[in-house]
Amino acid sequence: MAVIEAEHLWKIFGGDPDRARTLARDEGLSKAKVKEETGSVIAVNNASFDVKAQEIFVVMGLSGSGKSTLLRCVNRLIEPTFGSVQVDGEEVTTYDEDELRQLRRTKMSMVFQNFGLFPHRSVLGNVEYGLEVSGMDESKRQEKARRTLDLVGLEGYEDSNPGELSGGMQQRVGLARALVDDPEILLMDEAFSALDPLIREEMQNELLDLQDQWDPACTILFITHDLDEALKMGDRIAIMKDGWIAQIGTPTEILMNPADDYVESFVQNVDRTKVIPVRTVMREPRGDEADHLSETDASVSPHTSIAEVLPMVLQADGPVAVRDSGEVLQGVVSREDVMEEVTRNASNVSKTREATRQAKAMEAA
Amino acid sequence: MELDLGGWFALLIQWLKANLGAFFDGVTTVIGTTTSALEDVLLFLPGWAMVLVFTALAWWVATRGVALFTFFGMGLLTDLQFTLFGTEFVIGMGYWDITMQTLSLIVTASLFSLLVGIPVGIWAAKSDAVDKTVRPILDFMQTMPPFVYLIPAVVLFGLGTVPGVIATFIFATPPCVRLTNLGIRQVSEEAIEAAQSFGSTPTQMLVKVEFPMALPTILAGVNQTVLLALSMVVIAALIGSSGLGQPVVEGLTQLRIAKGFEGGLGIVILAIFLDRVTQAAGEKAGASTAQTR
Repeated sequence: MAVIEAEHLWKIFGGDPDRARTLARDEGLSKAKVKEETGSVIAVNNASFDVKAQEIFVVMGLSGSGKSTLLRCVNRLIEPTFGSVQVDGEEVTTYDEDELRQLRRTKMSMVFQNFGLFPHRSVLGNVEYGLEVSGMDESKRQEKARRTLDLVGLEGYEDSNPGELSGGMQQRVGLARALVDDPEILLMDEAFSALDPLIREEMQNELLDLQDQWDPACTILFITHDLDEALKMGDRIAIMKDGWIAQIGTPTEILMNPADDYVESFVQNVDRTKVIPVRTVMREPRGDEADHLSETDASVSPHTSIAEVLPMVLQADGPVAVRDSGEVLQGVVSREDVMEEVTRNASNVSKTREATRQAKAMEAA
Repeated sequence: MELDLGGWFALLIQWLKANLGAFFDGVTTVIGTTTSALEDVLLFLPGWAMVLVFTALAWWVATRGVALFTFFGMGLLTDLQFTLFGTEFVIGMGYWDITMQTLSLIVTASLFSLLVGIPVGIWAAKSDAVDKTVRPILDFMQTMPPFVYLIPAVVLFGLGTVPGVIATFIFATPPCVRLTNLGIRQVSEEAIEAAQSFGSTPTQMLVKVEFPMALPTILAGVNQTVLLALSMVVIAALIGSSGLGQPVVEGLTQLRIAKGFEGGLGIVILAIFLDRVTQAAGEKAGASTAQTR
């Protein structure tokens, strides 16, 4: 079931929005041409997508592609100009101030690129903010905030000033602040982009682990400009360009069948084995494989990349178990599955390009 | 035939006096009562005891150096003298009462400046239209020579401390409005979005996020307001406000160098004390608001 459903969403700044939409949609004018004609800037151009319950839906695009605007249209930090956004089947764009506040307090929360912490509040004060504004009493909200801080590994920092913490820790505060009220939906706006590469990876893994552990898991709408991050985090990915969504698909689909030249130019140099996680090639154990597995201790996380798993799979006698952070068996990967993926990667890029060229030639003919 | 702009203004003032006399009387009562009540409080304890109070305040808010300065500087203004081993010691210049009168005038004027300036500043930060309207008014208030509005102030409020407070208020309010406006506008967009995304009401946003984050800048405005108020003391004395401005005015009109110098020195001491203490208060607030990236 779709938790978030956006249909024909537009955000047009300034000028004459109606005319700008008509020109862009019906006459196919480019963003630059529309700006020239009407003075309007199209930030989001007819975007439609749906986010399923408990999935991580990544919107990827370069800066200026409208991805952050798109995200803000969902919780209406930015008002969409046209189109509809439904959350749990309810139209959000027509909410009045009160309904909107209720939605933000109970269902959704947001994590920001530069953390957006409140410098005049302690770490605990930041985390309890959402509960405070919705009127929960102090002892109760502080207890909840403490528990959430423990969850993100910040126990003992309750009374620190956020400014004293490192970037990674500050974003943990940002994450805890968003998670404190068990939101159904988490909006993450380039949440890890400002972090050092190592810290970024650590946070990515932790978020994926948290997501596995939660029951029910959050639905996450994740914005990034980093393709590797998108492929690693996303159950599905939407690629944005100039305000419109060029393609929506699973990481594998995006890599295997880029919808157009733009997406292809993005993915052509990607080493699939390094970004495709094991979860996409794992399968249910067959026959007596499951019994055999319990004897071997070796297991991998569903989020490890295929390249990382490769040496392990080559050494193992049989398939390798895939277990989540709670040590629950998710599936198995065999040597054959992994090798197939690796060989496919080697030929993939050139093949796709050849196929596209042929398709175009046929169309022309 | 020349345009008689000044004449029209004079007519306007006369009209105000004739038709809104009750209002101006009310204002006079409120300001007069506040000032004299404050004066009573400040003069309740003997001078030497108040010096200790101010010293303690300086120590608590600012540094030991400021406290030391306060102790000796304020001590110089007291009227303390005593006889020890047959020798008479004179500690102060005997300006304590008028120093406290000046302080109560400044504090009253500043208080009204803040009461008006901070809300107007917040309003101007929220609305560009208000900002655009208020800006030229502030320019006018700040650049019009104070002597000019001293005249209608006397016409409307009579002689004494009240028109002094009014004139001081006009001169000292603009920085408070400007810096409050600036401080609120400077609050980071992301912090505002964060507060919104967690479902803050506009009031919660202002009280819990915007105002505290703007506080260091607002307090810089308070500091400016207090200092500008102090710079009006001599001018206020011209229309009969009692305080440290009086010896200066007397010194000037009677060419008494000694008296003028002593009054001026008193103002400087008070100014340094007020500046350091309000500045330190701002820095304290700033330290707890240390920017996160």
